[in-house]
Amino acid sequence: MKYLIIILSTILVNNVIFSQFLGICPFLGTSKKTSTALGMGAAVIFVLTLSTLVTWLVNQYILLPLGLEFLQTIAFILIIAALVQMVEIILKKISPSLYTALGVFLPLITTNCAVLGVSLTVVTKEFNYGGVAHMLSLGESVVYAAGIACGFALALIIFAGVREHIELMEVPEGMKGTPIALITAGILALAFMGFTGIV
Amino acid sequence: MKKQQKSRKEELKMSNNLQTFTKGLLKENPTLVLLLGCCPTLATTTSAINGMSMGLATTFVLVLSNIFISLLKNFIPDKVRIPCFIVVIASFVTVVQLVMQAYVPSIYETLGLFIPLIVVNCIVLGRAEAFASKNPVWPSLLDGLGMGLGFTCSLTVLGCIREFLGNGSIFNLAIMPETAKILVFILPPGAFIVLGFVIAIVNNLKKSK
Repeated sequence: MKYLIIILSTILVNNVIFSQFLGICPFLGTSKKTSTALGMGAAVIFVLTLSTLVTWLVNQYILLPLGLEFLQTIAFILIIAALVQMVEIILKKISPSLYTALGVFLPLITTNCAVLGVSLTVVTKEFNYGGVAHMLSLGESVVYAAGIACGFALALIIFAGVREHIELMEVPEGMKGTPIALITAGILALAFMGFTGIV
Repeated sequence: MKKQQKSRKEELKMSNNLQTFTKGLLKENPTLVLLLGCCPTLATTTSAINGMSMGLATTFVLVLSNIFISLLKNFIPDKVRIPCFIVVIASFVTVVQLVMQAYVPSIYETLGLFIPLIVVNCIVLGRAEAFASKNPVWPSLLDGLGMGLGFTCSLTVLGCIREFLGNGSIFNLAIMPETAKILVFILPPGAFIVLGFVIAIVNNLKKSK
């Protein structure tokens, strides 16, 4: 039940894009086509879940016992960068087909602030899923990260679908491109606000 | 004759430096023209003060990382330059984080996660890679300062617009009566819509020039 609440809350209520503003750059950059959006979404789900798992463990078993919490930012960004590089190499060897599908997006993910943002959130912020405020356990952190990533993918795919339609519309000259995309995102964010209060 | 040539050279250098400084403010404004650093732009402009403090924190990191990367550029091997840049930037971000936590805890609370996230702000890494790693210290400093102030200005302007529409005040100075507030402009949807319109206006201004 607790995990269900985490998933619902991360995907719909606190959607990473429409209410937390993390990962806006790839959201605007890779949403011109639905196929690109699918690839990016899948890559983010994969990397975000994995990196949160690793950073949580590093924080719990290396940084906390040594009293080095202030190094979290530096340590996490290095772990994420190394991890992304490693995933790229491993995928290339093990599954070339998956690599060709996700390959282009992987290097971009290092600078996706959602990845660093979620890694930092789960080790610094208290949540009250299930009634009591507490730091997230390993299982909860991973589910939280997966939920956030799915929320990102969902937002990206919906937005890409809308943008494909906008391409066919007559948009005023100055509004073409980014401005109309941002305003569309604003209206989508309004729609997502309707989920407030379901969990 | 020689003296004249020398002074002309210096003049040219001066105007070049000035250009390095001012291009970040208007022509290559990071948020409104280059569209870099969208996340903090959208998230922290709920009020003019928040926007400005986020901008200043980023400026500080940008200037210092530009100076250091420009000083270190001959020692960093080309192949591992990006990780090196990230370490330099992350160190300065940690400095900013600890200083803000100590001296302005209320602003640190409101900006929250977005202070450590300066590390992945594309403006900082972008300037390190595109400018500081190829230029001497003084121009790098000016470039960082110009870009940072450009970022700060656009964040402050966006913050003013959103605070005015959503809360009826600018810099906490009440202007509109209580009844004339449109709350949605402080909430997430307002961020997207205001930024969209401001960029559209800038685009139109650029075209009509």
